[in-house]
Amino acid sequence: MPRIKDYAPIVGSSTIEDLHLLAERLRGKTIQNINSTAVGGGVAEILSRMLPLLHDLGVDVSWDVIKGNEKFFNLTKKIHNALHGVAEIFKPGDLDYLVEVNRQNAKDVLRGADITFVHDPQPIALIEEKRSRGGQWIWRCHIDFTNPQPDVWDFLRPFIESYQAAVFSAPAFSRPLAIRQILISPSIDPLSDKNGEIPDDLVDSICARFGIDRKRPIVAQISRFDYLKDPIGVIRAYKMVKPHVDCQLVLAGGGATDDPEGAQVLAEVKHEAAGDPDIFVLFLPPGSDIEINALQRAADVVLQKSLKEGFGLTVAEALWKAKPVIASAVGGIPLQIAHKYSGILSHSIEGTAYYIKQLLNAPEYARGLGKNGREHIKNNFLITRHIREYLLLFLSLDAQEDIVRL
Amino acid sequence: MAKPFHFLTRLNLVELLGVRAKNARELLAGLEEVPGSCVYYHTHRFIQQHHYLSPEPPNDFAYWVTNALGQDALGERLASVDTVRFRSIASLKSAFLDILQTALAAKNGRSCDCQEGEEFHFMSCRTYILPTSYEAHNLREFREIVQKISIDSIYYHVFEARLRLEKGDNDFSDWFEAMGESKLARALSLVDPYTCTLEGLREMIVEKVSVYAQD
Repeated sequence: MPRIKDYAPIVGSSTIEDLHLLAERLRGKTIQNINSTAVGGGVAEILSRMLPLLHDLGVDVSWDVIKGNEKFFNLTKKIHNALHGVAEIFKPGDLDYLVEVNRQNAKDVLRGADITFVHDPQPIALIEEKRSRGGQWIWRCHIDFTNPQPDVWDFLRPFIESYQAAVFSAPAFSRPLAIRQILISPSIDPLSDKNGEIPDDLVDSICARFGIDRKRPIVAQISRFDYLKDPIGVIRAYKMVKPHVDCQLVLAGGGATDDPEGAQVLAEVKHEAAGDPDIFVLFLPPGSDIEINALQRAADVVLQKSLKEGFGLTVAEALWKAKPVIASAVGGIPLQIAHKYSGILSHSIEGTAYYIKQLLNAPEYARGLGKNGREHIKNNFLITRHIREYLLLFLSLDAQEDIVRL
Repeated sequence: MAKPFHFLTRLNLVELLGVRAKNARELLAGLEEVPGSCVYYHTHRFIQQHHYLSPEPPNDFAYWVTNALGQDALGERLASVDTVRFRSIASLKSAFLDILQTALAAKNGRSCDCQEGEEFHFMSCRTYILPTSYEAHNLREFREIVQKISIDSIYYHVFEARLRLEKGDNDFSDWFEAMGESKLARALSLVDPYTCTLEGLREMIVEKVSVYAQD
């Protein structure tokens, strides 16, 4: 695991000095993160990278995961979809099951930390314990909250407003709430297996292992198999391009333990891709970070054609590798891409196909987009910025003024 | 002998106010009700997030009116609000309110809506000021430190000190004045920092100090 000082050559030593200064001011405080999955998905990934670095800075931070059965995760997936604007029907009492499972977990999971940092809706009802256990509580929302289904919003709102502050990933997710709302974008780790530099011959060998031909253009979407990532739409865009450019499509991703829909989506994707040997549908097991890194680096164009996004960290990953990216203008993606400057924002399958052709046929232009994209990610979306904002968030719970002298 | 100059730095945490606007009328209504820290944020965000890219810092209001509403003339008027001329956020806010009120009055309060998803979101920032380990006793030391200190520190002493803390001038000029370097103080006071990138500003400070620093 990298140490915090290892980031200095990338972000500068003054950035690291700032982190030490902030961490010092949190000495003596305990902070507990709680979410619903230890592996798979963006939240688990960020926490698993961030915690060792926070420890290295001397911050007393821990991470626990609530337990749930299939019924619970089916319910939380439905809630997730409904918050993303997908119509879901909840029968009377359905949502109460979330509260019941949270109550069952409370005794085992809560540690009486000074700050309890709860991630996403799955463990949101743990806030019921605030009165008896005390401490400061923050709710971190990692998902797209632009158009939540009204009944789900009505259910969640009283829980959210019981926290001291809520944290969102993009300005559009903010809603009128009785509590403070903080904007903190997620981040990528430039020293992780997924994003670190790797030799080109390793990229060659990984492509060869999957049967991908590096001599012909490669278009890739590296993302979880999830309806909201629109993998079917990606295949349709590729099919519009294929008669004009002899390219290959790589659809690669894994699944999260809290996502029961993954297998069904994968089956539909395979059905849509059947019969075309230039479409590679790769279900990657956990721990495939080097493979993901290599596939992103092998790609000539990277897509993220999501219908909804919490943030879309795969965009930052590809931009960090200086790849031209075509992505939907949803969730946090417009924060990462300035259209035609650091990537392309598309709004349809046809538009995506048009831009794939354009970028494959104009590699100089595509390279320029990737170069600007990498610079933007370096300045705004690396893990060191994320750690700094979390430390400021923890410190902010005790401050009322706009300008605080530390 | 003037006191040594202690370099501070600042870090921001962005807050979402949960207020959004889809047309100029709602922009005006929102602007009337938000705190000064929100006006500060939307007139300085560009400098902070894109300081390595461009020396042009359009304020967020102008950018949104032009690009999301397509009202170029109003956008230009909002962009022409010259932030460097204002000594307080309250007076800066009044300038934006005046322009929006005048523009809406000319159209009897009518204003077109932006596309869904392109609404203006009001934000503000909470600023944390931290000490650094750097301290200058003379211009030569000052120049050396400015060359290596974080861009956030330069930002703090130039932008935050002057407008947000309402000190009237940047911290560097105040110290030069106390050091008896009035010409240098004046030379830096006259610079419009909003027309430079932050790295460009660093270079300019180093250049000006080099003229007066005795090697």
